Amino acid sequence: MKIVVTVKQVPDPNSPQRLDADNTIARDGDVVLDPGDACGVEIGLRLKEAHGGEVVLVSMGPERAREAIRKALSMGADRAVLVTDPALEGADVNTTARALAAAIGSESPDLVVCATESYDGSTGMVPPMLAEVLGLPQLTFANHVEVNGSTVSVHRQTEDGYQVVEAPMPALVAVTAGIAEPRYASLRGIMAARNKEVRTVGVADLGLEVPAPAETVEGVEDAPSRQQGEIVEDDGASGVERIMALLQAAKVI
Amino acid sequence: MARILVYAELDRGRLAPIGLELLARARELGEVEAVALGPGGAEAAVTLGRHGARRVLVNPDPAFQEYLAEPATDCLAALIQPEPPDLILFGFTSDSREVAGRLAGRLGVGLISNAMDVEFRDGTVVARIPYFGGAKVATYRANARPAIVLIRPKSFEPSEVGGEAEVVEVAAAIGENSRRSRIVDRRVEGQEKVKLEEAEIVVSGGRGLGGPENFHLVEELAEVLGGAAGASRAIVDAGWVPYALQVGQTGKTVRPSVYIAAGISGAMQHTVGMKGSRMIVAINKDPDAPIMRIADLGVVGDALKILPRLTEAVKARRQGS
Repeated sequence: MKIVVTVKQVPDPNSPQRLDADNTIARDGDVVLDPGDACGVEIGLRLKEAHGGEVVLVSMGPERAREAIRKALSMGADRAVLVTDPALEGADVNTTARALAAAIGSESPDLVVCATESYDGSTGMVPPMLAEVLGLPQLTFANHVEVNGSTVSVHRQTEDGYQVVEAPMPALVAVTAGIAEPRYASLRGIMAARNKEVRTVGVADLGLEVPAPAETVEGVEDAPSRQQGEIVEDDGASGVERIMALLQAAKVI
Repeated sequence: MARILVYAELDRGRLAPIGLELLARARELGEVEAVALGPGGAEAAVTLGRHGARRVLVNPDPAFQEYLAEPATDCLAALIQPEPPDLILFGFTSDSREVAGRLAGRLGVGLISNAMDVEFRDGTVVARIPYFGGAKVATYRANARPAIVLIRPKSFEPSEVGGEAEVVEVAAAIGENSRRSRIVDRRVEGQEKVKLEEAEIVVSGGRGLGGPENFHLVEELAEVLGGAAGASRAIVDAGWVPYALQVGQTGKTVRPSVYIAAGISGAMQHTVGMKGSRMIVAINKDPDAPIMRIADLGVVGDALKILPRLTEAVKARRQGS
């Protein structure tokens, strides 16, 4: 079974971020493999372990994204394709989906695994757009994945539980971050990753045309902020007293 | 006048609240059609009409509720031809965002997701989106037509304006190959006594609780307050509690009278789902946690000690009164 896992390098969610003068998020800080994508890689590896085959990473980003790709390769993925091109800088979601689809399509995978949403963008629109452009069925918000023969089946999180959803392969599965704890790379894995193939492709290689962005940022302003209230130090009783007073004032007790 | 299409999601034949929320805004922006696909569409049309939809497009094919995204995408792609509306509004909910994503992918028009508001400015659609941890708001302009915008739940208050929608049955137009992702079973878990989205008081817990064995402290306080328990994405991802409890961008949006966040640092992922609460109380060991900046009352202390004492205090007061 050939499994493609999409991976993205994102600003480290655990390190402070700042905005550049033009209100874009500064990209020179610490970067990591998107924690959600690490879960996708884990699922890809488990499916390969159970059913055999190959795990191919597909990423889009600057050359620097190789760092995140190496991390996923050292977990055990077999090889990677990095879509990188100056023309894709600041690409909108439509172009992102088409570029990823072009790179993934040439691999003809049985299964495409994505995270439900990225840590930095969190709009979650790439998986359904990607599925549409690739012509694949989508199984989303999956916190459990199983492959039986040519069918993939997932538990899809819902507001009050989950649905069991199945589809014929090839298919795209978008997994939640809760699906599996990503493994740590072993020393051997880290060494092996150095020799694994990371192929870079540009828009010309993919036969892509990059249209003008479908959405443009008009401006960025401060959010109407909530007034910060009072901060009190709990000394064993004061915290509870203050909260009780607030609950009474709000007439909820 | 702008033409707007509202995607009114049905959940097993029942109209989901997001459709009425979208209508509350859409009817201020232009002439509104709504589309309600699957069994129950005609019944939903009555309510949609009272909330300002001029016309409701329906089709009762059960495939719309049996299969994910693809049948609805096919139907929408067909019905917006030959004259696409200026704007198509979806809710930023699990089901709608998949249909919106596929439709935008098919039309090649892009979309604006996670918006809090939408309007026309100089004839084009602009939408406002939380940005940079919610500290900023970005305004996006949609350059393609139709503009597709996904609005966060609870961004608008539904209200009736009276009126009766013309109900039009449209072709299902489901493609040969579109019955693929089939819902074969539905299971309920973590069924709350009080619905999280409707609770007057929400008590939520996060990583600061230390471990899943301490979550009962959150549940007990919620129960004595007659409220509901919630959770941060971190502890749902960690498997401490079911997803049904998650408050935030990928979870539920709540606007209770009082929101108590215990051991939650306040990442944007969480705060976008609870910032609209009337009063926010934060209990956290770290006085610099982001949650403290939006709290009306921030208590610096150990949630594991404060929660049980608070539960006792509420119980004592209830017994005293």
